[in-house]
Amino acid sequence: MPDSLIAGARLLDPSSGLDVQGSLLIRAGRIADFGPGLTPPESAVVVEAEGHLLAPGLVDLRASLGEPGAEHRETIASAAQAAAAGGITTLCALPDTDPALDDPALVQFVLRRGEETGCVTLLPYAAATKGCAGKEIAEYGLLREAGAIAFTDGVRAIGSARVMRLALSYARAFGSFVVQHPEEPGLAAGGAATEGELATRLGLPGIPAAAEAMLVARDVALARITGGHVHFAHVSTAAALDVIRAAKAEGLSVTCDTAPPYFDLNETAIGDWRSYAKLSPPLRPEADRLAVVAALADGTIDAIASDHQPRDADDKRLPFVQAEAGGAGLATLLAVTLARVHAGDLPLLAALDLMTARPAKLLGLPVGRLARGAPADLVLFDLERAWQVKAGQLPGKAQNSPFDGRALEGRVVGTWKNGRRVFG
Amino acid sequence: MSFSFPILPGGHLLAIEGLEPPHIGALLELAESYALLNRSGKTQRDLLRGRTLINLFFEDSTRTRTSFELAGKRLGADVINMSVSTSSVNKGETLLDTASTLNAMHCDLLVVRHAQSGAPALLSQKVAASVINAGDGTHEHPTQALLDALTIVRRKGRLEGLVVAICGDVLHSRVARSNIHLLSAMNARVRIVGPPTLIPAEAARLGVEVFHDMRRGLDGADVVMMLRLQRERMTAGLVPSPREFFRFYGLDAEKLGWARPDAIVMHPGPMNRGIEIDSAVADDPERSVIGEQVEMGVAVRMAVLDVLARDLKRNA
Repeated sequence: MPDSLIAGARLLDPSSGLDVQGSLLIRAGRIADFGPGLTPPESAVVVEAEGHLLAPGLVDLRASLGEPGAEHRETIASAAQAAAAGGITTLCALPDTDPALDDPALVQFVLRRGEETGCVTLLPYAAATKGCAGKEIAEYGLLREAGAIAFTDGVRAIGSARVMRLALSYARAFGSFVVQHPEEPGLAAGGAATEGELATRLGLPGIPAAAEAMLVARDVALARITGGHVHFAHVSTAAALDVIRAAKAEGLSVTCDTAPPYFDLNETAIGDWRSYAKLSPPLRPEADRLAVVAALADGTIDAIASDHQPRDADDKRLPFVQAEAGGAGLATLLAVTLARVHAGDLPLLAALDLMTARPAKLLGLPVGRLARGAPADLVLFDLERAWQVKAGQLPGKAQNSPFDGRALEGRVVGTWKNGRRVFG
Repeated sequence: MSFSFPILPGGHLLAIEGLEPPHIGALLELAESYALLNRSGKTQRDLLRGRTLINLFFEDSTRTRTSFELAGKRLGADVINMSVSTSSVNKGETLLDTASTLNAMHCDLLVVRHAQSGAPALLSQKVAASVINAGDGTHEHPTQALLDALTIVRRKGRLEGLVVAICGDVLHSRVARSNIHLLSAMNARVRIVGPPTLIPAEAARLGVEVFHDMRRGLDGADVVMMLRLQRERMTAGLVPSPREFFRFYGLDAEKLGWARPDAIVMHPGPMNRGIEIDSAVADDPERSVIGEQVEMGVAVRMAVLDVLARDLKRNA
């Protein structure tokens, strides 16, 4: 592969704070050099960036893929296509598939399927408990050797305090962490929306917002007694964020992420029983949305993940309670996050940091930054370009976007994986 | 009777919430005239002649289904009853498959009862017919609230300023929600009375006063509206036992004594005698208007069908 030069870009590296006009040289799949006034070799193929922003490819901490078991919703290949269109070059896949990824061979299968796509590094989580059933911890050592990035039961909460304690404790031996879906299962059972006035008016069974903070508080206590690292996924409430903030101040190994719906939408999106806005955890009142925005700005939240959950029309075109929860998120991760930048809630570099260097650091990966010798995983985007999310026209198979109809500013114009252009 | 404005905007009756007081007032006025017509033994079979009304019931309900059937027939519609046990819904057909089937049948008026909140609204987006919500999950049961209001108006002469106590399982009650919206819109003072485990979250935000004590909740009430407590609520542990519920929240003569001396007793049926209501109260002709509610049900449903049929003509 000849050298290639992305010329005339605004280079952004959140980990170093770099924000400068310049060029970037790719050689043998890696970043060879970058900066202003770069003299490229004459043989380099030049790509004109036209002043667009060039940043490290996004590291998505959390996406559910339909494969194996629900290929009618999404395949690894279609998810990879959507990820590339969204500027995502590293994608962490949840293990609550069918069958659950609780066996080394299954982890290797997903890794191999990811490699076949050629456009994204697919890193599977393995099941925290066998079959993601919440009863017995899985073979963390063997699963790590097979390539599992960490352990979780996906959108199922590990409900038993005893099992969670064992998981956090045992994962330490393999330098890994456990990702929790923070929702007290007994309290959330049967619920379809956040408990409150809106759910009461719509006649929907509610899930109290406290179900989140409650499980977070329990697991923080377990992290304290085990010394293990717990990571809370898609945190959505002010109360849970307060508990996490305090745990971090105490010095515990506690991290968390959130997803775009929780800082861009509030519960009113489910008005008239709009099942495409049915998510797990459910959308919250405006005060919680504002708390999530504040926690992104103050560093309490470590990463923004797409929380991609592919669903097909038959899963969604049902009465609200019967409809499946979950929203597609790969193609909109960057642009919905940039809406917070445009609104003045987050500086641009901080927003990118939450989708690149910080999740990469959490996972111990050498990606998510512009550095000489690092893999040339890159995203080029136009910060201002306006577009509208239209379900049915999104890349990939899953079209169940909770943002359908949302006008956004900022669009990916090119994605590179290991130096090869995979989108745009 | 003629109206200068569309009584049911959108051509459906999906909920009371969102209806304006003039709309509600006009519907009640029209229903009152149908009540008089029904008592006179006359019919008006030309109004819905050639129209097809389908009763689509995903939940069993003899009372409501029969009431709609009678209302439709008295106005001359062709009435067809579809219930889950005889349709393809049990064979895996989705709600929206059902909608396309109904479209192909050229149904004009579709009466829907469904165990899921929002199901009639979902159907209304996909069918050409006017949809009437005959009870959806724990959301609303608009014609029940209208018939309750008509019954109250006939007994009390008004809604404004009346104290109405809605008692029992408000959490799971679509009847309660529709009544709360209607009575509040018409400036009645609405109270809800029940154990905290059966009161919905943020209920006060609906504009009601919440009581957990029957004596205080019934004090000064003009209307005591009892709700049905379903047996499965007890198996779910929301109340510990029927006898405990009856002791503290079941309406008997003693508790009714806490309300105004001329207070009327209502129940949407079917009643659980000895659980939420004592037979002595339910069958007291001086106080109970439960039979009149059933009678007004037919009149109210005739009024709703009439109004929607006018819209059908308007759009034809």
